[in-house]
Amino acid sequence: MSASDPADTRWPIRVRGLCNRFGDHLVHQDLDLDVRRGEIIGVVGGSGTGKSVLMRSIIGLQVPTSGSIEVLGESITAARDDADIGIRCRWGVLFQGGALFSTLTVAENVEVPLREFYPAMSEELLAEVAHYKVLLTGLPGDAGVKYPAELSGGMKKRAGLARALALDPELLFLDEPTAGLDPIGAAAFDQLIKGLQQTLGLTVFLITHDLDTLHEICDRVAVLADRKVIAVGTIPELLALDHPWIQLYFNGPRGRAAAAARSGAA
Amino acid sequence: MLADRADFAHDCGVDPVLPDFTLAPGESGDVLVLTGALVVSTAGPIDTRLRAITTPITAIDLGGVTAIDTVGAWLCWRLSRDAGAPIRHADPQAARLIAALRDVDDGRQAETVRKVRPWMRVAGNVGATVIGLVFGAVGVLGFVGQMILATGTLLRRPRRIRWRALTHQMELVGINALGIIGLMSFLVGVVIAQQGAVELRQFGAEIYTINLVGRLTLRELGILMTAIMVAGRSGSAFAAELGTMKLTEEVDAMRTIGVAPMEALVLPRVVATVVMMPLLGVYSAVMGIIGGAALAQASLGIPFFTFLVRVRLVVPTYDVWVGLIKGPVFGLIVALAGCYQGMQVKTDAEEVGTRTTAAVVMAIFTVIVLDAFFAVFFTEVGWG
Repeated sequence: MSASDPADTRWPIRVRGLCNRFGDHLVHQDLDLDVRRGEIIGVVGGSGTGKSVLMRSIIGLQVPTSGSIEVLGESITAARDDADIGIRCRWGVLFQGGALFSTLTVAENVEVPLREFYPAMSEELLAEVAHYKVLLTGLPGDAGVKYPAELSGGMKKRAGLARALALDPELLFLDEPTAGLDPIGAAAFDQLIKGLQQTLGLTVFLITHDLDTLHEICDRVAVLADRKVIAVGTIPELLALDHPWIQLYFNGPRGRAAAAARSGAA
Repeated sequence: MLADRADFAHDCGVDPVLPDFTLAPGESGDVLVLTGALVVSTAGPIDTRLRAITTPITAIDLGGVTAIDTVGAWLCWRLSRDAGAPIRHADPQAARLIAALRDVDDGRQAETVRKVRPWMRVAGNVGATVIGLVFGAVGVLGFVGQMILATGTLLRRPRRIRWRALTHQMELVGINALGIIGLMSFLVGVVIAQQGAVELRQFGAEIYTINLVGRLTLRELGILMTAIMVAGRSGSAFAAELGTMKLTEEVDAMRTIGVAPMEALVLPRVVATVVMMPLLGVYSAVMGIIGGAALAQASLGIPFFTFLVRVRLVVPTYDVWVGLIKGPVFGLIVALAGCYQGMQVKTDAEEVGTRTTAAVVMAIFTVIVLDAFFAVFFTEVGWG
């Protein structure tokens, strides 16, 4: 099968010549992006540069105008509908608000993908797996029987992460995971992601505006501007480029503060 | 095992080696030797078999495990924890995952929502419904009180009346319903005339079809069917709109800005429905009479305009009043049910659905009960 191709295993996400157009509004034009296996790649860009559209294109929620996207060796752009995407059980997605199913408890939310893909699992095992996934994301054990409406914003994100990890995915997509969290909660969430990524060997595609997250846990950062990815690299590599937006982003007052905190801690 | 293989084969491109285990006898118990891929896609069947082991286990050997993820690691850790058996020959990946699970495991059973036996659930539901009815009645009363207070405030400060919201709702409730209510009433008029004529013909009294259609539509059916249609069209829409606005915190945002939801959301809808309902009722009655007249012209041999003139002669004026008096009352009930249920939404999307259903059921039921009261009342006061 196609996964035996060595190029695919090193680059779980390959985007080539992606174009996204909404009416007259061109969001992406000729966008290329490669994500390495086992890295945390942070995607940054100003508001409206199409970060979420890029993620939605990669996970097949948004059919691009043109271009090709391969995830884990399978073409997303060639799939005609959701059922054609056979690798859905190998990725997990955390949406911005958590997107938990509001009529199910947290534990039942985690069980949904397991039930969908592995009907052979017994009820006992499902309950156990949901329980330890909830614990892995740092939620207390009794959070499993709660409904999303009873959780705070931060707990919803953790519960969403537990659901995203339900199938032991290789790829994790996170849309602004630390947005709306307090600084302590955000730092803890960063460490949680880093810890899980190292323990489980995940490849993480992370959209964020949080400079601390970028400095703390991202191996590489992809910068979206002018309708394409203008640069990918570590933060020092990006700073070496003389692009005005990148300079403004990382060397603005907030960027300097985050960098100072980073070097002070190191 | 073929079925098990099929279970995961269609989902993922990966084709893992099916896991298996053997029990190697040792001095004080068996050594559990696991082999194959212990991953989420294969864990279901082997978990069932592992649970069936009754003999004591002294150690767990992972030397033959080819792949492992957290679900596989969980199986190993659970066996090891429950039997107090050490894990041997775990590769670094397995050791890391098992250690991570050991660190977070609180040793407690996964809590599940307790299953309630059916007969207990029936009794519980009956109780909950009764209590819900009592509290619901109190809630509706409170809501009506708030509405009256808000009306009082608006009457003292007429500048705060939201004319645009009011006219917009009047358009939605009234104007946009003209087509469907007209068509429905016309057809019901046709049916009444047709069925009435069949029965009355036996006495040679076909001419009384006019009385039947004229009185029935103006007095009863016009307003009743309009109320049911408006409950389905607008009452449900009120509940769903307000419910969704509650969920997205729009109502809370309004209150913090200083806009009273009662004034901005509820009153325009209620007033619009109260005003439009009698108008729609009369319109519906007229369309019913036209339907009857059309049928009479086509199959009874009564000319269309003769039918209309006869209606004026045989229908007493108070029949029109009966319909007109009921109109605003039914409008109030339909709008109140929709707005009240909508504003009660608190938790989730499912509640929007149940509240919308409740709004329509409550509105139609109350309208029909009240209609029966009105029928008796008006007959007693001599408007029979």
